[in-house]
Amino acid sequence: MGDVLVFAEHRGGHFPKTTLIAVNAGLEMARKRGGQCIAVLSGEGAPAAAAEIAKYGPSKVIVLDDPKLAHYLADAAAQALADLVKKTGAETVLATATAMGKDLMPRLAARLGAPMASEIIAINDDGTMVRPMYAGNALATIELDGPVRVVTVRGTAFDAAKPAGGAAPVETVTPELDAASLKMEFAGFNEIKSDRPQLTEARIVVSGGRGLKSGDNFKTVLEPLVDEMGAAMGASRAAVDAGFVPNDLQVGQTGKVVAPELYVAVGISGAIQHLAGMKDSKTIVAINKDEEAPIFGVADYGLVADLFKAVPEMVEEVKKLKH
Amino acid sequence: MKILVPVKRVPDPATTIRVLPDGSGIATDNVKWVINPFDEIAIEEALRIKEKQGSGEVVLISVGQTAWQEQLRTGLAMGADRAILVKADTPLDTLAIARAIAKVASDEKPELIIIGKQAIDDDSNQIGQMLAEMLGWPQATFASKVELAGEKCTVVREVDGGLETVAFPMPAVITTDLRLNEPRYASLPGIMKARKKPLNEIAVDSLGVDLAPKLKIKTLNAPEKRQAGRKVASVEELVQVLHTEAKVI
Repeated sequence: MGDVLVFAEHRGGHFPKTTLIAVNAGLEMARKRGGQCIAVLSGEGAPAAAAEIAKYGPSKVIVLDDPKLAHYLADAAAQALADLVKKTGAETVLATATAMGKDLMPRLAARLGAPMASEIIAINDDGTMVRPMYAGNALATIELDGPVRVVTVRGTAFDAAKPAGGAAPVETVTPELDAASLKMEFAGFNEIKSDRPQLTEARIVVSGGRGLKSGDNFKTVLEPLVDEMGAAMGASRAAVDAGFVPNDLQVGQTGKVVAPELYVAVGISGAIQHLAGMKDSKTIVAINKDEEAPIFGVADYGLVADLFKAVPEMVEEVKKLKH
Repeated sequence: MKILVPVKRVPDPATTIRVLPDGSGIATDNVKWVINPFDEIAIEEALRIKEKQGSGEVVLISVGQTAWQEQLRTGLAMGADRAILVKADTPLDTLAIARAIAKVASDEKPELIIIGKQAIDDDSNQIGQMLAEMLGWPQATFASKVELAGEKCTVVREVDGGLETVAFPMPAVITTDLRLNEPRYASLPGIMKARKKPLNEIAVDSLGVDLAPKLKIKTLNAPEKRQAGRKVASVEELVQVLHTEAKVI
């Protein structure tokens, strides 16, 4: 049977929307492979998160219980999941391509000797899958051979699972770990706190590029618009490279992939690698003083203007709309 | 300390990629080939560690065709000491490539493998993590800071919502993120020296690892092109159309 294990990421019992996306993709995969969708959690707070995840449609939820799994670390997590694959005979292990999913799944694939497809955007009825390559300039239809396969899904390509009514049973499993081989140690997490919506979950994203000219201008010019629109803030790689903003704001091939209802690109030229991260947004707005900028080639609405004049004006116009 | 840096040959990131009409691959005429940018960061980090320690060896490794020598020479010109080309005439999947590199690594016995977090052609982001598991080593992906003290390695990682720090003994695998460093350019003397540095070839078949392809690309398609919209004349008009036409604010 084509059972699917979904790695349900959480932090201290709280899970991001990307976890429900993984559950939904897992449900679709299980349906198409004639198997069950089983969600798997580990770490501090796992039982609380498991009880919640159980309401979103999986057939079963498994909590992997071992002190070595208290804090996520790739080596222990890969061992525990590989052991569970053996115990359950699952065919597919699936996660969303978050930082954690990307860190863990290839290690698991190597442990299982299984092929892996990264960031798939579609699951076909014939068992093939579709994934972007070359910064989204090619879509590959791929096939994974073997009794077990590992997959990460692109968060923007699948909807989040919805409450299914009722709750699946939650089981606790103690995985077999080779403790002597586990050498990684968690040494701290420095959370970047923000009251704004998460970049990958926001309905509106406002991103700045090198055109902003400095980190200070991100604060004084861009942030008022971000907040007036209730948006998440993003940035181009050029702005990150220039040190204007931290890397976790980066939208693009080598950063985060987003597909909000509205994407506003401010002072972003539209390099291939940036377009790869936002071109599936529903509505795209570009504000740039260079009318030849490639960003206008994908924008639904383009404004050729000096951003330092246009952005404060836009703050005022959006304000008016609300009153 | 010996550091092994796997290097991939990829199309220049500024190249516009075209899918061949028959879906068998991409058009490679007029493509300029470069070292995968994240692997360049890996080479730079390895060189900096060697320079700081005042001794050691930086060894490059590629699994590819003869033409890949070009990128290995560029890496040698940046300052790496020698290079290994594992010759594979047909493309291999990630699992096979990782097995080939892991086999060479188990012979070379480096203290560290530093590799780009992803190659910008297939965007798989798999090889570093696979190597770590195959060798039974710790891993630190998406590194933005690496500190070595004796046998111990501490790495700051760029993860969702913040920065995570992990620590472990070496040998280990580190994959590089954007902000780890700014790679140097090869100098003219560096390029001259690189010509004489050793570049050994090994046939991939001679490694005795399982190369059977398990990930098969059936076909490539060009994505649907997004149509450009229209220009608006003012901020006022922009906000109006977003409100009344697109209905997004």
